[in-house]
Amino acid sequence: MLTINCPWCGPRDETEFGFGGEAHRTRPADPSALSDAEWAEFLFMRTNPKGLHRERWVHSHGCRRWFNVERHTVTNEITRVYQMGSASEAAETAPAAEQAPATAAIEKQGSRS
Amino acid sequence: MADTLIRQGGATRFTQAVASLGANTGNGTRLAELTPPGQINLRGRPSDPRFVRTVGAVLGCVLPLNANTVTSAAEVTVLWLGPDEWLLVTPAGEETALIARLREALGDIHAAVTDVTGNRTRLRLSGPGARETLMKGCSLDLHPRGFRPGQCAQTLLARGGIILHQIDDAPTYDIYPRRSFSEYTWMWLSDAVAEYQR
Ligand SMILES: [Zn+2]
Repeated sequence: MLTINCPWCGPRDETEFGFGGEAHRTRPADPSALSDAEWAEFLFMRTNPKGLHRERWVHSHGCRRWFNVERHTVTNEITRVYQMGSASEAAETAPAAEQAPATAAIEKQGSRS
Repeated sequence: MADTLIRQGGATRFTQAVASLGANTGNGTRLAELTPPGQINLRGRPSDPRFVRTVGAVLGCVLPLNANTVTSAAEVTVLWLGPDEWLLVTPAGEETALIARLREALGDIHAAVTDVTGNRTRLRLSGPGARETLMKGCSLDLHPRGFRPGQCAQTLLARGGIILHQIDDAPTYDIYPRRSFSEYTWMWLSDAVAEYQR
């Protein structure tokens, strides 16, 4: 059981949340212009890393808001929680985030600081 | 039209909905269904001062902008549901007039006021064993350091979705299950609270 820190509601049990797959994927602007292979690449292929993974979660049984989580796929440790859209670039370029994730590093950017 | 509707409780097979719990004469923990209240869903931008000010003026209390907090005035309780969403709880039958006043005052301000009165029923659990009763089926940290009077949460109780609102230090809680879950929630709660009702 994970404890996930909703950016608004704070720490809650995993059972209150729904999983939304890999974050920061952009739908092609003009799908009909793509080849089948390119479309399949968008639809089916994911990075599937062994390590830190940025993914979307929704607080289904709470505030019903979507947000992003950075989770280690081996240890399940959650190293970052950040809001949709707002911090995606920062997340992509976060320095040394792959090294030694500390439990205290959970980042809360919600209004509830 | 609204005044011809009958406000039935959600657990009428087991209990009669009451207007209030009344004074506590013993030291037991009590569970009752309250008359289902009027319920209004309010959406709007907390970053828009006109929206916040207008709503506050109509309700007679400030809109709670902190997550999972509650404010109240004489005729309305305002529960934070999300960063741009609130639940307004009114005495039964009062919701229609409040909706009209809100809509008129908000005018062209970006907002939505929706009557959701049929959505949920209201159970009240009060007394020394209330916290432990809830802890049997709720993963929230209900210790006073983490959850206090004036706070609310949308969470799960015995796997059913509820809104939980702590009223006072008795402690007293209002539990809002969806109407279709109110019999289930009642049955679960009345079993869980039994050991505190000696
Ligand atoms: Zn939440």
